[in-house]
Amino acid sequence: MLKENVPQDVGLAGPLREVVYAVGKDGEYETVASYGWDSKTVALNQAWDLILKELAVIKTRVTAGELSPLAWHMTRHQMQPALLAKYVGINRWRVRRHLKAGPFRRLKPSVLARYADAFGIPVVDLMTIPDAPDLEFTTNRNGHANSL
Amino acid sequence: MQIPFEHRQSAHCETGVAANLLSHYGLDINEAMAFGIGSGLFFGYLPFIRLNHLPLTTYRITTGGIMKRLTKRLGVKLNMTQFRNPRKAMAALDRKLDEGVPVGCQTGGYWLPYFPQAYRFHFNMHNLVVIGRDGDDYQISDPIFETTVTCHRRDLMKARFAKGAMAPKGKMYFVESMPTAADIPRAIKRGMREVGRTMTKAPVALIGVKGIRKLARQVEIWPDKFGAEKALLYLGQVIRMQEEIGTGGAGFRFIYAAFLQQAANVMGMPRLKALSDEMTAIGDRWRMFAVSGARNCKGRARAEDSYPAMAAILRECADREASLYRELLAIAH
Repeated sequence: MLKENVPQDVGLAGPLREVVYAVGKDGEYETVASYGWDSKTVALNQAWDLILKELAVIKTRVTAGELSPLAWHMTRHQMQPALLAKYVGINRWRVRRHLKAGPFRRLKPSVLARYADAFGIPVVDLMTIPDAPDLEFTTNRNGHANSL
Repeated sequence: MQIPFEHRQSAHCETGVAANLLSHYGLDINEAMAFGIGSGLFFGYLPFIRLNHLPLTTYRITTGGIMKRLTKRLGVKLNMTQFRNPRKAMAALDRKLDEGVPVGCQTGGYWLPYFPQAYRFHFNMHNLVVIGRDGDDYQISDPIFETTVTCHRRDLMKARFAKGAMAPKGKMYFVESMPTAADIPRAIKRGMREVGRTMTKAPVALIGVKGIRKLARQVEIWPDKFGAEKALLYLGQVIRMQEEIGTGGAGFRFIYAAFLQQAANVMGMPRLKALSDEMTAIGDRWRMFAVSGARNCKGRARAEDSYPAMAAILRECADREASLYRELLAIAH
């Protein structure tokens, strides 16, 4: 890839640039900072869309009183019961049980605190689910970016 | 307290940390050189390892492997420790920083607050160098960022003790001793030999050039096997792995081409320059594959973006890489 062909598309990381290797005018390799590349962003978006879709499904099941908010927060943090179990030090079958609305409602404050701590959120936030997941990507860029 | 440490942004965390650390101790090598000597280049199509329920393709050797090979081949001695107790791990880090020693840490990228949300996945092999501390704020040279960053003690501790596959367990490392005189040409040859061998002579059909051909065959049959929608997910995953942050473009092929170019100068071997050009051209084909794949994912596929056409690009990459590695082996015997 030539240096002048290094894509400077709007990436999901917003103003952050990453290094790409490209050949300069003199034929020597250089590191070039790039904002992003559409082809890659399409693929990345695909992965995030899957997560967002799953969250929407879980949300309806939480409001229906079937699943607990914990299920939503676990998915929000891209975890499976096995991984969450390791973070909180609770057996994974117990974690699976806590994903249901009823058993979750009866949890002791100390157990709730462990879950909240694992996600880095206050306990009150763990008891509810937000209207929209805080998974927004800045796609605006610095002033010195290439024009689109 | 901050250690004077030259932060150079890199494509990839492991090679970036390695190059920056060694340069700090006076062995002037850059990322591409570290990648080449450490034999980073690889290909593996590993359908039995699943990421988000999709098969894993990898363009680099196992994490940690580059650092290990690089330091061994240059005669650098690294002190590496893991911990059970997070507080002890932080105390050990603080002690080294007080001595003025930059310390490399393996972390889980998900918990680093300075990471943009889009990059936050549970990936436990993210390397960075801690270069100073001001109370609870740690100064960090994270090679994939343009400048140094700060991170609170609480977050760094959590990242160092991320759980799950390949958990870092607080792993930290620092340079214990440097070689009196590193034999760079010899290290380069050893690095090349290993890449040539694993890519052409791996006994498994999923690894190296054979793995690329295997992937080509799979790409062809995905739409029939899984249906159009799922095939796109599989395809998207391959593109992600290839162009993800840290690859320097085209699944590390461009970094390797940069290494071959430098090696040509260091060893005075114009043949390596020709190989570098060829590797660049091969990388451009990999990028073309990603473009085609992305157009499919976006529902804007043109006639030349069909699955058989994408498989043909992969086969071309496999053929051209195969002859490149053969020549590399001949040069670096």
